[in-house]
Amino acid sequence: MSEQPPMIRVEGLRKQFGDFLAVAGISFEVAQGEILGFLGPNGAGKSTTIRMLCGLLKPTAGRIHIDGVDVAADPDALRKRIGYMSQKFSLYQDLTVRENLRFYGGVYGLRGAALESRIGYALEMSGLTAHPETLVSALAGGWKQRLALGCAILHRPRILFLDEPTSGVDPLSRRRFWDLIHDLSTEGVTILVSTHHMDEAQYCNRIALIDRGSIVALDTPGQLKRRSLGGELVRIECASPDRAMQALAALAQVRDVAVFGNSLHALVDNAADAAAAIVERLRTRGIAAARVTQIDATLEDVFVRLVSANHGPAGTGA
Amino acid sequence: MRIRRVSAIALKELLQVWRDPRSLMLALLMPVMQMLLLGYGVNLDISHVPTCTYDEEGSQLSQALIARFQASRYFDLVAGLDSQRQIRHAMDGGLCKLVIVIPAGFSRQISEFHHASVQAIVDATDDNTATIATAYASAVVQGFSNEVQMRYEALRGGTVVAQPLAVQSRVWFNEDLDSRDFIIPGVVALVLALVGAQLTSLTIAREWERGTMELLLSTPVTPLEMMIGKLLPYFVIGLVDAGICLAFALLLFHVPFRGAFATLLLTTSLFLVVVLNIGYLLSVLIRNQLGASQIAMFVTIMPISLLSGYTFPIDQMPAAIRAVTYVIYARYFVTILKAVFLKGSGIGALWGPVSALILYDILVVWIAGRAFRKRIA
Repeated sequence: MSEQPPMIRVEGLRKQFGDFLAVAGISFEVAQGEILGFLGPNGAGKSTTIRMLCGLLKPTAGRIHIDGVDVAADPDALRKRIGYMSQKFSLYQDLTVRENLRFYGGVYGLRGAALESRIGYALEMSGLTAHPETLVSALAGGWKQRLALGCAILHRPRILFLDEPTSGVDPLSRRRFWDLIHDLSTEGVTILVSTHHMDEAQYCNRIALIDRGSIVALDTPGQLKRRSLGGELVRIECASPDRAMQALAALAQVRDVAVFGNSLHALVDNAADAAAAIVERLRTRGIAAARVTQIDATLEDVFVRLVSANHGPAGTGA
Repeated sequence: MRIRRVSAIALKELLQVWRDPRSLMLALLMPVMQMLLLGYGVNLDISHVPTCTYDEEGSQLSQALIARFQASRYFDLVAGLDSQRQIRHAMDGGLCKLVIVIPAGFSRQISEFHHASVQAIVDATDDNTATIATAYASAVVQGFSNEVQMRYEALRGGTVVAQPLAVQSRVWFNEDLDSRDFIIPGVVALVLALVGAQLTSLTIAREWERGTMELLLSTPVTPLEMMIGKLLPYFVIGLVDAGICLAFALLLFHVPFRGAFATLLLTTSLFLVVVLNIGYLLSVLIRNQLGASQIAMFVTIMPISLLSGYTFPIDQMPAAIRAVTYVIYARYFVTILKAVFLKGSGIGALWGPVSALILYDILVVWIAGRAFRKRIA
């Protein structure tokens, strides 16, 4: 991945609406086939950024190159390469599933057998093969969402922009949707997806944490958690947690330890190294049946830590 | 420009109109209703003017004159009055719009001086009706007067000379002087302008309101493709509406049609292009269905009904207002329609207004084709 030029390259992107700075000069790159997640609260500037990347909004400053195309200079070349799914699932409610697909296919210049084959693919992908003549207004949220994705990829775009694609969709459908996203990325489609569901970040290759128009952090989900915590988290299940905590507090490998229900959570530099030392220390103190497992900090924890650092004491969030 | 993208948009738009009861009603029912309303409602012919008489004399002669009024279809005699005071009362109460006063001594004056006066008192709150009613009343009196004069000449043993000089007027193109024949072709223009601009004023605003525009903007559709694709279905609907209007004009209102259908089709198409683009432009600029359709209503009804010459003759307007009518695109179509319907004029005779419409077409297409911006803000 790293030898190829990045599929998306953004430098110093800014967007000002009057007095309001929606996007405060961000820079990032996305490699081909990568899934980059924009994670952040509503109003953080995720949608504004995506709209600028799609050529829908003119940036106040900054440069955007997508698949080698300078977006400002050649928006038409950009539009043939991208697929976009906006927050509202831009489907025509008064048209049927097939009519929507026909329309978007036509708008992307598809016709004849090529169009029919792509419509067949989109129907299958969205699980609507049996319901092509159903009016979209009659579909449940999860189906609408998958159909909107189907419409966005009819023309085989190399880059896909998904703005809050999972908002208002049930958990099972969200799961299924992320499977589709993953399949697309393995086919080489580059995907930039925004969400405010923290739990969805694990499906992304990398995450940009966005707050008040800035990228607070940009890394893989694992690295983000490690970095913000300053280590890894392990859970220690043992016979007498109170005594065990005292025993471990003095251990060099353990930076912090706390009782957590019937077990202990300890912050360590490296889970594998620390586990052996913990088991050994507990054994020497006569505390039996110790089991040490690495656990994930939630991204929500990470986000709160990073954002509060970004805001300072008076921070309110957007 | 890619035909494929235009056809995709046009087909989608047609499906949406077809499935939306409101749009469908606007497209098909509104022309029917307006033709009926304007066709029957707007009638400039003055007839059955409620009229009272005040016969101070009560002679055979005065009754003969009143009988003349009775026989005329322009006047309905509602009451005979007995005093001056009653005249005021009848007028104020709205009983009548015209009072014919025959003074005492009417017969004597005629027999002695060959001259007598009859007074017509007219309610001029509606000055147009008043003017026309007065003219009709004078005509009735004049006719009576001639007859009386001839009768006296005959009694005196003179030769019965017919009126020494008389105008034999022949009316061309609208022989019955039926104002409906004159108005209906103009109504067609008004209806097409109204319905056309209304329909297209919704088209872009609807996409914005429903959130589908954002995605459309991210596609390779160009502004020109958007305009053509969006307007094509409404052009077809406009032609269907023109057919409806024509059917009403010919079959219900019996307006004569002396021209060629090809001329009508061509000029109607030219007019529709202007109208549809104006609605489209409003939709692009306003992005809100209600606002756009109301402004579309405002910019069509008022100027067209007042300044297109469809009811109020442009020749009789003050020079300043007459100058304004040249901007009203509908005036050219109204001129064309009246000429095609009543005179049977061909394109050759109509080159003036036709080229005005073509100029307008070029102008609006040029503006509307560029107005649509491929950005959210």
